[in-house]
Amino acid sequence: MGISIVVTSGKGGVGKTTTTANISTGLAMLGKKVVAIDADTGLRNLDLHLGLENRIVYNLVDVVEGVCRLKQALIKDKRYENLYLLPTAQTRDKTAVKPEQMEKLVNELKEEFDYIVIDCPAGIEHGFENAVAGADMAVVVTTPEVSAVRDADRIIGKLEAKGLDNHQLIINRIKYEMTKKGEMLNIDDMTDILAIKLLGIVPEDEKIVISTNRGEPVITDEGAKAGQAYKNIVRRITGEEVPFIDFEDENTGFFSALKKFFFKK
Amino acid sequence: MDLLKMFGKEPPSKDIAKERLKLILIHDRANVSPQFLELVKGDIIKIISDYAEIDEKGLEIKFTKSGEKGCEVPALVANIPIKKMKEISKY
Repeated sequence: MGISIVVTSGKGGVGKTTTTANISTGLAMLGKKVVAIDADTGLRNLDLHLGLENRIVYNLVDVVEGVCRLKQALIKDKRYENLYLLPTAQTRDKTAVKPEQMEKLVNELKEEFDYIVIDCPAGIEHGFENAVAGADMAVVVTTPEVSAVRDADRIIGKLEAKGLDNHQLIINRIKYEMTKKGEMLNIDDMTDILAIKLLGIVPEDEKIVISTNRGEPVITDEGAKAGQAYKNIVRRITGEEVPFIDFEDENTGFFSALKKFFFKK
Repeated sequence: MDLLKMFGKEPPSKDIAKERLKLILIHDRANVSPQFLELVKGDIIKIISDYAEIDEKGLEIKFTKSGEKGCEVPALVANIPIKKMKEISKY
């Protein structure tokens, strides 16, 4: 029996789809059988992140409406044969699927896959309800901005109200140069405010833009900092204990060397 | 903080962000709307007025937090300026 994970945030543009693409790909890299579901009906993008946009024939709405069988709508990934995408419809809206239908679908997939990763749309309306319906665990993505943290808090409240108590936090797009200067909320600030378990920290990385351009999740890029961060997240999801790297303490460069010289601890 | 100000240095913006967030989340989590506060305010005036003459314009009521750091709880804080106590003996 597989585990279903919903990736959610409340606020848009914080990196839900990027996170979904990387977690699914990462789990597949570890040999797990994975399906990534795009629950953002009408504004689908997970296909682009995985580079599978040209292979879509059927989608989630077709499955729910009985137009095709579930297997027919699953698209095999280019790189990993144990990774599949279940895209959604682009020309329909969120009300095309009901939470009960989504739950049934996820439960069906759990029988065949080790992990089901669901990309939740922004907002707290119908789309959110659908995305979380069949989830065993929630990954809440936030960025170090007041608006994203506020929305994450709201989402956490909603998840708890649903009894979805296994929820963990990913802090995305952190800029260590800024946190060091106290000009950006740091990890402690955010875990303190949101009071949920930390799953991972992803640094701001230009390689994300490049990898999204190519349709290849950054986790496949050996040299990318963000890719490394996602690898750690994936290992934690599988139950491994992976220590958090504190980049803020990383003293590199001329100025920190100079500072160290003058302010010896 | 005041010392920092004296040297013309503002507090780091992340501290401001954190304070603002903490306050707004108290409201969000408790689902407290300005209308709710107005209702409470009206009722408080009604009740206290039986016992004292109060300065309604100076009455301030807000949602905030209280308690030790780390285990803070939401608190309703009211500041009610009293002009004159009423004759209690009649009650």
